[in-house]
Amino acid sequence: MDKLMLDSIDATTHLDQLEAEAIYIIREVAAECENPVMLYSIGKDSSVMLHLALKAFYPEKPPFPFLHIDTTWKFKEMIEFRDRKAKEFGIKMLVHSNQEGIEQGINPFDHGSAYTDIMKTQALKQGLDKYGFTAAFGGGRRDEEKSRAKERIFSFRNKNHAWDPKNQRPEMWKLFNTRINKGESIRVFPISNWTEKDIWQYIRRENIDIVPLYMAKERPVVNRDGQIIMADDERMRLEPGEKIEMMKMRFRTLGCYPLTGGALSEADTLDAIIEETLGAVSSERTTRVIDQEEAGSMERRKREGYF
Amino acid sequence: MKSLLKFITCGSVDDGKSTLIGHMLYEAKLLFADQERALELDSRLGSRGGKIDYSLLLDGLIAEREQGITIDVAYRYFTTDHRSFIVADTPGHEEYTRNMAVGASFADLAVILVDATKGIITQTKRHTRICALMGIKHLVLAVNKMDLVDFDTEKFAEIKEEFSRITTEFRFESIQVIPVSATEGDNITAKSPNTPWYKGLPLLPYLESVDVHTSDDVKPFMMPIQRVCRPDHTFRGFQGQIEAGRIAVGDELITLPSREKAKVKRILVTDQDRNSAHAGQPVTIQLDREVDVSRGCVFTKDNQLKEADSFSATILWMDDSVLTPGKDVLVKVGTKVLPGTVTAINYKIDINTGNTVTTDHLVKNELAKCEFSLADGIVFDSFEKNKSIGGFILIDRVTNMTSACGVIDEALQGSDNVVRIDTEVTRDVRAQQKGQQPLTLWLTGTVLDNLALAKEIEKRLVARGYHTMLIDNRLGESVQQIAAYATLLNDAGLIALVPAGSANDNDQAIAHDLIGRAFLPIEAAASIEEAAQDVVKRVVKALIQDSYSI
Repeated sequence: MDKLMLDSIDATTHLDQLEAEAIYIIREVAAECENPVMLYSIGKDSSVMLHLALKAFYPEKPPFPFLHIDTTWKFKEMIEFRDRKAKEFGIKMLVHSNQEGIEQGINPFDHGSAYTDIMKTQALKQGLDKYGFTAAFGGGRRDEEKSRAKERIFSFRNKNHAWDPKNQRPEMWKLFNTRINKGESIRVFPISNWTEKDIWQYIRRENIDIVPLYMAKERPVVNRDGQIIMADDERMRLEPGEKIEMMKMRFRTLGCYPLTGGALSEADTLDAIIEETLGAVSSERTTRVIDQEEAGSMERRKREGYF
Repeated sequence: MKSLLKFITCGSVDDGKSTLIGHMLYEAKLLFADQERALELDSRLGSRGGKIDYSLLLDGLIAEREQGITIDVAYRYFTTDHRSFIVADTPGHEEYTRNMAVGASFADLAVILVDATKGIITQTKRHTRICALMGIKHLVLAVNKMDLVDFDTEKFAEIKEEFSRITTEFRFESIQVIPVSATEGDNITAKSPNTPWYKGLPLLPYLESVDVHTSDDVKPFMMPIQRVCRPDHTFRGFQGQIEAGRIAVGDELITLPSREKAKVKRILVTDQDRNSAHAGQPVTIQLDREVDVSRGCVFTKDNQLKEADSFSATILWMDDSVLTPGKDVLVKVGTKVLPGTVTAINYKIDINTGNTVTTDHLVKNELAKCEFSLADGIVFDSFEKNKSIGGFILIDRVTNMTSACGVIDEALQGSDNVVRIDTEVTRDVRAQQKGQQPLTLWLTGTVLDNLALAKEIEKRLVARGYHTMLIDNRLGESVQQIAAYATLLNDAGLIALVPAGSANDNDQAIAHDLIGRAFLPIEAAASIEEAAQDVVKRVVKALIQDSYSI
């Protein structure tokens, strides 16, 4: 084997393999599915997905639109970022909100879990039905929680968008079965096999732009039951005794601002974030890291307001 | 940057599989501090008298079993200083064979567990067979519970020898047999003092260093086309993942099945221009001339790839329904999906022993050698040589379920074994001699008994001096097969009558394609008497006018 050959073998890193797998999946969907869409949540995983879609079809633009389900309670910076990226890349960005919910004044302060269901879950189903999408890319990863660890890359939904975990299609090699009957749809997870660490390393390697909220900065926040909530606009309701203070903080996940807790942090560069994120899941006894996020981390996210 | 190893673990809870993985993560310090404390606390309540029960770390599958939920593949992710790992944890029992196959199809290596006190058992053989079928080339046999046999070197040698006996029928590239104790931690991350006679690496260091890189890079270039990229009229590129070999700008490649030659003008690896690209990379290739290529076609530098419309294959049937010959399916090979038919089940292969048994049907989780016939030719290679175009799935045309997976063994010569020799006596000469034109009357419709109608028509045609032959499809042969018979009869100058059953646009289109100009579809709805009269009238008219446009 000559030198050149060895170089090319060595050049294939685990990030290259994960990228190739994701691009293969994205191209298969574009080639075989009738009306695909890529869900876009503006978070870091979505930024990676968008980046992969742009690379997969270059020099062509992604041959499908992107869909953001807007609960109307997202951080202002997220919406700005979304619109800026859509323009910059020349992609078609659809935005759907549950109008009935807006008319009924459904909000995260008064309606608790009903808010999530109406403004997020119902809104998503409405959005998919409205455009008749037959396949929707999602940024879900198997390391996020135990049930996702068993979900296929191509995950089938019946007419009511329901998943049947007991009746999953076997998925062999790279031979994905995209056939569906009328009314059914597929959720496709091209980054199923990525871990949180892979996501951050890839963002660094590829210089992917992420919402500035991930970086530490002085922000107006309220300390509520131990959570740091940002007062992003005038709709923020203060409880008796609460006051808005300026603190240097950042977010690890992004969602609706009244439900998303941040953390005090000095990490204001990508390297510092990566250091902080990966450091947080390291055991004290070692520099080795387990990528598997256990039940505790989901709980942690829930505490932070991730749903 | 580190490489990625995808592996699968095979064995049941009794073999200590969960304990083995759990112990590996624990010893390699791959746990969060809080996980480790929780484990130590949980273990105090357990059956090991306060000693750590490592299997608790992988409680997911155990809980599933207790709750009686369908057991499926679970994926776990971990990283050491030397490598990133994805491990597919799959159930070992026979009823979950298909789940194990799903896990194995994704892996480069399998860790198969045996209990040293029991040795090689039926299950070990089954797991080995499934791994081989799904294309795994590297095995680790972890001989567990060595502490219970006092680390007996002879016992170990015995198991090792038997394993090498059962693996000879397969083509594994590497097999490492490691004596371990999952509960006590021997040879998991560090060399055990209890096994001085074992000269190899402990399990985790072995997994960190084993080279599973296939020889894909040194094979001739091959890439199935996923899609044609056409952002505007100035650019036409072919997108796909290189599955074997390398390609460079200026290289000449061959397009299949169109068999055109073209030179590579430009290579994009994702969005970057490159002078060359190699196996595993997603690329967009521009050629120096127009070629007839679309999704499902294959680029190659090698002329050795095969093309056929029928092949024999080894399949694993995974559907709840029963498979019988004649079933219409969709076949996906590489990036090509085609309608096809299971034309024969040659024999069933006992998944445990490898013994063959003749059968006329297959049920879920059975392995068999079958024959397939496709609506059109496909480009393929043997699974051994090119996994990506040698493996396939079968999709049920009604339920859309992935009903089976399989590997292509070889192209079927089929009717090619006995061939009609073209001579100066052409189809036209033969027909002229009989004073007629060759026709295939393709009878469809559900109102009348097509066979009875065909007999009636034949009787009347023969009475008028025409030469006919009636063929009936009793064994559920594919439409392609029937069309081939009809064509042969037409070549002999005869009028073929085919009672084709209910009208199926797809079948009819296939038949029309294959039979060509002689094809005459007939859907009759009146009584047999009237229909026969009518058809004969049309046929006679067609024969006289030498026109088939009726």
